[in-house]
Amino acid sequence: MANAAIGRSVPRKEGRSKVTGEIQYIDDLSFPEAIYGTVIRSPVARGKILGVHFEGDFPWDEFIKVTAEDIPGENRQALILNDQPCLAVDRINHREEPVLLIAHPNKHLLIEARKHVRIEVEEETPIYTIEDSDAKKEVIWGEDNILKKYRVEKGNVDDVWASAHKVIEGEYRTGAQEQLYIEPQGMVAKASPEDGVTVWGSLQCPYYIQGSLEVLFGIPADQCRVVYAATGGGFGGKEEYPTVIAGHTALLAWKSGKTVKMIYDRAEDMAVTTKRHPSLTRHKTAIDKDGKLLAMDVEFLLDGGAYATLTSVVLSRGTIHAVGPYLCPNVRVNARALATNLPPHGAFRGFGAPQSCFAIERHMNKVARAAGLTPEEFRNRNFLNKGQRTATGQLIEENVDMQGLLTTALEKSDYHAKKARFAKENVGQRIKKGIGFATFFHGAGFTGSGEKHLASTLGMEADRNGRIRVLAASTEIGQGANTVFSQVAADTLKISYDAIDIEKPDTEKVPNSGPTVASRTSMIVGNLVAVAAKQLLAKLREAQLLGDEYTPDQFNSACDQYIEKHGELKVISEYSQPPGINWDEENYQGDAYGTYAWAAYVAEVEVDTLTYVTEVKDFVAVQEIGKVLHPIMAAGQIEGGVAQGVGFAVYEKVVWRDGVMINNQMTNYIMPTASDVPEIRVFFEEEPYAYGAAGAKGIGELPLDGSAPAVINAVEDAMKIDIDFIPMLPEDLFELIESAANNGQGEE
Amino acid sequence: MVSVAKVNFDCTINGEKKTISAYPMARLLDVIREDCELTGTKEGCGEGECGACTIMIDGELVNSCLVPALQADGAEIKTIEGVATGEQLHVVQESFVVNNGAQCGICTPGMIMAALKLLEEHPDPSPDDIRHGLAGNLCRCTGYMKIFESVLAACQSMKQEV
Amino acid sequence: MRSDVTQYEMVAPKSLDEVLANLSSEPGKWTLFAGGTDLMVLMESGKLAPKNFLSLWGVKELKGISYTDDSMTFGALTTYGELQRHSKVREYFPMLIQAAKETGGLAIQNRGTLGGNIANASPAADSPPGLLVYDAELELTSVDGSRWVPYDGFHTGYKQMKLGEAELITKIRVPRPDPKGVHYFKKVGTRRAQAISKIVLAGFGLMNEGAVKTVRIAVGSVAAITLRCHKTEAFLTGKSLNDSVIAEASEIFGGEITPIDDVRSTGRYRRQVGKNLLKDFLESL
Ligand SMILES: Cc1cc2nc3c(=O)[nH]c(=O)nc-3n(C[C@H](O)[C@H](O)[C@H](O)COP(=O)(O)OP(=O)(O)OC[C@H]3O[C@@H](n4cnc5c(N)ncnc54)[C@H](O)[C@@H]3O)c2cc1C
Ligand code: FES
Ligand code: FES
Repeated sequence: MANAAIGRSVPRKEGRSKVTGEIQYIDDLSFPEAIYGTVIRSPVARGKILGVHFEGDFPWDEFIKVTAEDIPGENRQALILNDQPCLAVDRINHREEPVLLIAHPNKHLLIEARKHVRIEVEEETPIYTIEDSDAKKEVIWGEDNILKKYRVEKGNVDDVWASAHKVIEGEYRTGAQEQLYIEPQGMVAKASPEDGVTVWGSLQCPYYIQGSLEVLFGIPADQCRVVYAATGGGFGGKEEYPTVIAGHTALLAWKSGKTVKMIYDRAEDMAVTTKRHPSLTRHKTAIDKDGKLLAMDVEFLLDGGAYATLTSVVLSRGTIHAVGPYLCPNVRVNARALATNLPPHGAFRGFGAPQSCFAIERHMNKVARAAGLTPEEFRNRNFLNKGQRTATGQLIEENVDMQGLLTTALEKSDYHAKKARFAKENVGQRIKKGIGFATFFHGAGFTGSGEKHLASTLGMEADRNGRIRVLAASTEIGQGANTVFSQVAADTLKISYDAIDIEKPDTEKVPNSGPTVASRTSMIVGNLVAVAAKQLLAKLREAQLLGDEYTPDQFNSACDQYIEKHGELKVISEYSQPPGINWDEENYQGDAYGTYAWAAYVAEVEVDTLTYVTEVKDFVAVQEIGKVLHPIMAAGQIEGGVAQGVGFAVYEKVVWRDGVMINNQMTNYIMPTASDVPEIRVFFEEEPYAYGAAGAKGIGELPLDGSAPAVINAVEDAMKIDIDFIPMLPEDLFELIESAANNGQGEE
Repeated sequence: MVSVAKVNFDCTINGEKKTISAYPMARLLDVIREDCELTGTKEGCGEGECGACTIMIDGELVNSCLVPALQADGAEIKTIEGVATGEQLHVVQESFVVNNGAQCGICTPGMIMAALKLLEEHPDPSPDDIRHGLAGNLCRCTGYMKIFESVLAACQSMKQEV
Repeated sequence: MRSDVTQYEMVAPKSLDEVLANLSSEPGKWTLFAGGTDLMVLMESGKLAPKNFLSLWGVKELKGISYTDDSMTFGALTTYGELQRHSKVREYFPMLIQAAKETGGLAIQNRGTLGGNIANASPAADSPPGLLVYDAELELTSVDGSRWVPYDGFHTGYKQMKLGEAELITKIRVPRPDPKGVHYFKKVGTRRAQAISKIVLAGFGLMNEGAVKTVRIAVGSVAAITLRCHKTEAFLTGKSLNDSVIAEASEIFGGEITPIDDVRSTGRYRRQVGKNLLKDFLESL
């Protein structure tokens, strides 16, 4: 074999089609016969629907109209619970909730007409905050507003407080964050009772959509076909929400008998789709006089919005990551997701962990201060090491060296020298510089027994020329799935990377390799590729067509002969859980994840005291992620995540008014531009994971966890001020400085 | 509702003469994508903010979502489809492939147009030139580092070619 | 897209005479349309009722930058890109350059025009503060002829200005400032690029024997219009600058501005940052 593909930065599989503009996203596909659909939404956050009125001078009888009554199957979004209707019937639980669908061949007319459908409602009092929901100011969901709760217990925290050297408390908040993929969501559908339903779209998880269409139309899965179109970014935002759009588009298609296209404009996309759950975390921590953790009591609360969507899973990951990569004999995490009358919050890269990681990494700095230790010394005394147990009691068996990662990160960023220099030079300066870090871990793949339940499968097929086609439902959303699958297939089969093709995800053609989420695609599905490739080789060897050693030509001719004789050469691989994983879902105890990625991030900031603007000037990201399959793409994943984390920390604020995002424009929701990102320097350490593809662990979500707290810890260093929330905008810093000045805190 | 009349006008797109028939206030973006079937130019926001719709008119970068069709009367338009020469990618395109400057790819066509202009004006760009030159093109995937590297590498290749 | 483009008319006159004839023949019918970077966004977001547009883009008389020893004149259609490429503008009017450079991204700078920025009358616009402190004048033209008016006072209220129905802005003229003067421009946007101002302050000052000889200050995003701070200027003129004078100026300035909360920022923040910038400017004199 000429050159192993793994570990080498081979060109991205679909790279060429992306730089020429040839690749087709949903809005690029041509459906000349398509008519256009749109959603009529609730004008209030909570209330009763009294009626729908079609007003204005429009040929209303020409419009296709779909209400809940037109739904052939069940009126619900099939996700985890059944609480969310596809179309609201009599109750409204959030602004912009879908009430009715209309379609028309004339796009221009549709745009105007939608403004003239009036939904008459009787308003009721909505609630918008975690606190109001927790206090049951109004009960808007179930009996107590609690969408989901978890409790993690290790030891007994209550035995510790009295005798502890110190007890430190803190309260931390994170805001909603918009995924802001640059391609807005969209779907095209064809549907009829005879042919079933087909949808094409921008999406992460084809089989989630298939599952929801089955329920909505009451037809078998094989009559619900979901086809992926090139997807312009997802970050979790195209995990569950596309099921909503797919359902709406398909219902219009079903009723009209026509192909229906529904592409959101940016304003609609931002106002109605899911965002990162806002959070509120309360920490109470006990330490001994050596600065060792004795007890950690955490209350972790998420704002789930009006319906449960995937909130329970987001809460779960946030819960498990709530005490960070630290060893503590006594831990209690009480986690609750609460309903509010905001549009449902949902998946966003990191899935609850960035929220709880912000809290713990800010809190650890606070505890370090109370202990009289530097942030790094305090952490070094408390890091979790091999042979120790996490909060859920999981025994860490991999080689973990958090202290080593932190040391590397501090060296690469010249942390100590800079910290000392800034402290000296900041005095009297208009620009204050600061440097800070965060240390964290991220569990790879689904939580607990998630992967076992998913039982993913993947196919691989050869043609007579020895070209290999990988059949997987995992979608390429920019993260490089196509490329990694090809690398793994090529190296396992010992053939060229160029001889691998990836089938376009289409539920009619590819088996269910699971959703494209949870940093699982390279690690778990990539491993299924390796397993399939081995099965394929085994078939050829069983048929005596291939020896232990072979050239690519011999491989090609073996495929040719096999197919000549058997008609096809195709294998299906299935997930099998690595041995020794035990997870107790009831008590939240056991092996939460098969493996973890570990990291230490350092941020350097400048704060302008004239304008209160924080700019991130340098960023060092050191992480251990198992085998690095593709160095350039892996670095790209980290850099992209860091930029989103910087946004989460100091730029990206969802401004709510009356239950809806009012800055739903790219001009007013501020993500970093090329001028705003720091230089991001990425370093990898590799501890191959035996059950990940070629030793890989997941990396996709990791960078979101630690970036924001690193940035805010740096701002704290620059300004000597406590900041316990993000996004922390200049306006917020101004207010903090004002109140610190009034309370005698802060510098000068 | 009565529509205004469509207008007919000529322009050049990627070197080809075209006669366009469009509503005068139709967005040039839609004319390019729908009437000319050149879907490489993308819509990310429709408000001039994201740069996914960036094209060149008479050699200058513009956001095609903000240009009414009628203002393209007589214009010389270049879109991403006009960047490669036949099968031969432009150095900048090649560099984006090799250096992973495109992840999900939705910002890429616009980004490449901006990168071409940048290298035309700054054959040897400083980091600040690059950041400034690309600031009108938002990318949510890459954190921009690999895009900067793609531009710098392209600039090296261009120098070697001369 | 939230508007129906089939409901919007546009014609593209080739000359200024044609534009003027259109404007006067049916007063009130036509809306001027320059680079469209404001109007298209409004149309896109469904906030612009159907209109009849007169495209100015092809009108040569509205283009070009010319200068004499005393002043510089910009056609209303001058784009931010053209401003930045002009060496004399860079030499004499650095604040206009800085504002241009920080307006949108390059693609916006190739379409957005000075005339549009003025006539759009947004208090958050970035060129007006510089134009105000440079004592700009506007040439307004109708079929009846042209008149020059001072830019200061042109805006009378939120999105209101002294422009007749059949008139348009044809030129903007700025006198060459004293070469010994200090130019101060600071835009505080939502981020470094592609950003709308949360507050923007321009100042021009000239000292003479330790005292303020001339000072002009204008701020955006702190009132219904871009504000020329006459009271603060009057107070400062003739004074020598020290901490207590600056503090008093800051008080007066605080009385002139009336910033509010909106989606981009807060009134409290704008007020404080405005004062900080004023201080920074005065300390640079
Ligand atoms: C992404 C983006 C970023 C932006 N960033 C900034 C920024 O940072 N700072 C900033 O200040 N602005 C910004 N803008 C706003 C806009 O670009 C400027 O206001 C620009 O100067 C408007 O000029 P235009 O020619 O495009 O105006 P148009 O949209 O064509 O017109 C604007 C208004 O002016 C009127 N008008 C135009 N020309 C004349 C004339 N000659 N006489 C009388 N009336 C006239 C029109 O009728 C209309 O009411 C931004 C816009 C976008 C889309
Ligand atoms: S679509 Fe034109 S700038 Fe975003
Ligand atoms: S590559 Fe996805 S937005 Fe740039």
